[in-house]
Amino acid sequence: MSAVLEIEGLRKTYRSRKRGVRHALDGFDMRVEAGQVHGFLGPNGSGKTTTLRTLLGLIRPNGGRMAILGQELPQALPAVAGQVGAIVESPQFFPHFSARDTLGLLAQAGELPRQRVDEVLELVGLRDRAGERVKTYSLGMKQRLAVASALLKNPKLLILDEPANGLDPGGIREMRTLMRDLAAAGMTVVLSSHILGEIQLICDSVTIISLGRRVAFGPVDEVLAAHSQGAVRVRLEAVTDLPQAAETLTRAGIRVAAEPDHLMLAGVDKPATVSRVLAEQGLYVSELTPVAVDLESVFLELTATAPVPGQHRQVDQSTKVGEPGSGATTGGWGA
Amino acid sequence: MSLYVTELRRLSKRRVTRLLLVLLLLGLATVATAFSFSSHQLSKETVAAAQVESEAQYQRALEDWKKTVADCDAAKARGDQDTEERYGPNCGRDWQPQREMFDPKWNLPYQFDFRAEFPMFIAVFAGAVALFAFIVGASYVGAEWSTGGMMNLLLWRPKRLAVLGTKLAALLTTVLGVSVVLGAFWTLAFWLIGRYRGTTAKVTAGVWQSIGLDGLRAVGLVLAVGAVAFALASLGRHTAMALGAAVALFAISEIGIRIAVAVLSVPFGERYVLSTYAQSWFMKQVELFDYDTCQFAKGACEPAKLVVTWQQSALVFGVGAAAVLIGAFWSMRRRDIA
Ligand SMILES: Nc1ncnc2c1ncn2[C@@H]1O[C@H](COP(=O)(O)OP(=O)(O)O)[C@@H](O)[C@H]1O
Ligand SMILES: [Mg+2]
Repeated sequence: MSAVLEIEGLRKTYRSRKRGVRHALDGFDMRVEAGQVHGFLGPNGSGKTTTLRTLLGLIRPNGGRMAILGQELPQALPAVAGQVGAIVESPQFFPHFSARDTLGLLAQAGELPRQRVDEVLELVGLRDRAGERVKTYSLGMKQRLAVASALLKNPKLLILDEPANGLDPGGIREMRTLMRDLAAAGMTVVLSSHILGEIQLICDSVTIISLGRRVAFGPVDEVLAAHSQGAVRVRLEAVTDLPQAAETLTRAGIRVAAEPDHLMLAGVDKPATVSRVLAEQGLYVSELTPVAVDLESVFLELTATAPVPGQHRQVDQSTKVGEPGSGATTGGWGA
Repeated sequence: MSLYVTELRRLSKRRVTRLLLVLLLLGLATVATAFSFSSHQLSKETVAAAQVESEAQYQRALEDWKKTVADCDAAKARGDQDTEERYGPNCGRDWQPQREMFDPKWNLPYQFDFRAEFPMFIAVFAGAVALFAFIVGASYVGAEWSTGGMMNLLLWRPKRLAVLGTKLAALLTTVLGVSVVLGAFWTLAFWLIGRYRGTTAKVTAGVWQSIGLDGLRAVGLVLAVGAVAFALASLGRHTAMALGAAVALFAISEIGIRIAVAVLSVPFGERYVLSTYAQSWFMKQVELFDYDTCQFAKGACEPAKLVVTWQQSALVFGVGAAAVLIGAFWSMRRRDIA
């Protein structure tokens, strides 16, 4: 398989006099193979949109290399732009034009036949409303229009930043089907999202980003397998003992996520250690079950954004790869 | 090329463009129509009647004057002492009415003289079309930035300078087209007013050539205004930025600098005010005088004079417009588009 999209060591630093320096991308890597639906996951502010903007030439990176369809960016951007359809972060449109006019102008600028406009309007379900001004559209309808504008070129690579934003459940399901169909027809789709159920359902592979660095990547089942080992659910006889148990286990070097009536542990080699450690403190286990994880828990674990009772997690509080004390491996990226 | 055609289409689809074009048409039509009513063509009879009338007025004034002098002399003969106060020195003999003070023109209704007055109407036209160019130019690119349309377009056409340049070209072509077409109608309208309700006397080929050059300068100014508005709105990524900059520039130049040069009594202070250059652009030159060099106590005096020529205006406006345009393209090349 050939890579449709490659990113290596991408860096983007925002500087402002007031807030100082922010490394939005800090040596980020990503690779997407042809014909895949690729999920691009990360907490808010982790750098997903920044990555996609950089890739599309909207912002200028401070370092690293990028390639789309084997061509180096940003130099080859004019050459590949016709094969990349993209929407970036709730795209906006000129509010006084109709959807048909909006797409018509894009199609004309891209030298596409006019009937293509009607095709994509049909595809995203806006056919009957295409003559109305975009101003009168709901969020979900604007999102559909955005997807239509990305599909207009019939691209080889489709990049969608949070496409499920504002869609109704039916819309999400249609979008899912649409993407599967497009991938089946040979299109490569990159899908950024924080809605993990979606990603798990439709993606072949994922890249997980946290604070501007990649924390995990690969086919969905491999990522799940790699991180499901050692996931254990623990219940105690007395629910009130849970905080103490969490503290004890954390001290023993086990990652703990507290739930209302149980604890989720990660990175446990032998479940027996758990019961021994707890018993030493006079805490008795009523249930100790290894669990098969879903993408959501892997995500929460990897990015360290699982909710902790009594704390309000702030947006940049998540895993920083390559820093001492962090759970993830120190890779060749960044530093 | 496809982008250029697209941009022309986008510009003409915009409501602002259409609305302002209608307003511009209405405004110009109103001025021309109203003006055609205020001008009256002078027939030979009217002119002759006016001549007779002014001759009569002259004679009446002459009689009055003679009578006053006679009254004064009579009073003097009676020995009145206050004749100086009542009739002036020498019984007002020095104030004999002169024939040339009774110009028949004053007895005629206003008649539009195409040759003498049309150049002023070129400036009026240029002002109106420049306003159109400013608002259309600023809002066209300003709205593209603020609604995300520019970003969408760059996903299709990643060559930023080409995109901005094409948009500018589309704007300037549209403004040029509007100026030329409306300018032709404007000229025709006033020529017709001159022909049927005024005079087109002495409109020689040379006059037409001069009008043509005035028109060219007017169109040049309109295009420059459009380009500057476009560049300002693109720099600030918002229509309001261009409007704000224009208001600020106007306030600084026409109010701030005027007050400053008056307070500091800078000689020829008006040469630092933009409107002086606008004026000389249309009038070919503006003469500024410095009356402070005069000591009127010593009698009549030629004040020091400074001439601002239209070439100097071209330099001022050209450099200003070029600076803003270069800034806009420079920032387009470098900036992050978020
Ligand atoms: N124009 C900007 N100026 C300064 N900081 C920015 C800018 N755009 C994004 N950032 C910062 O970069 C980080 C990554 O943002 P983003 O890529 O939008 O995250 P997300 O993964 O939610 O799409 C955030 O911390 C954000 O605050
Ligand atoms: Mg985002």
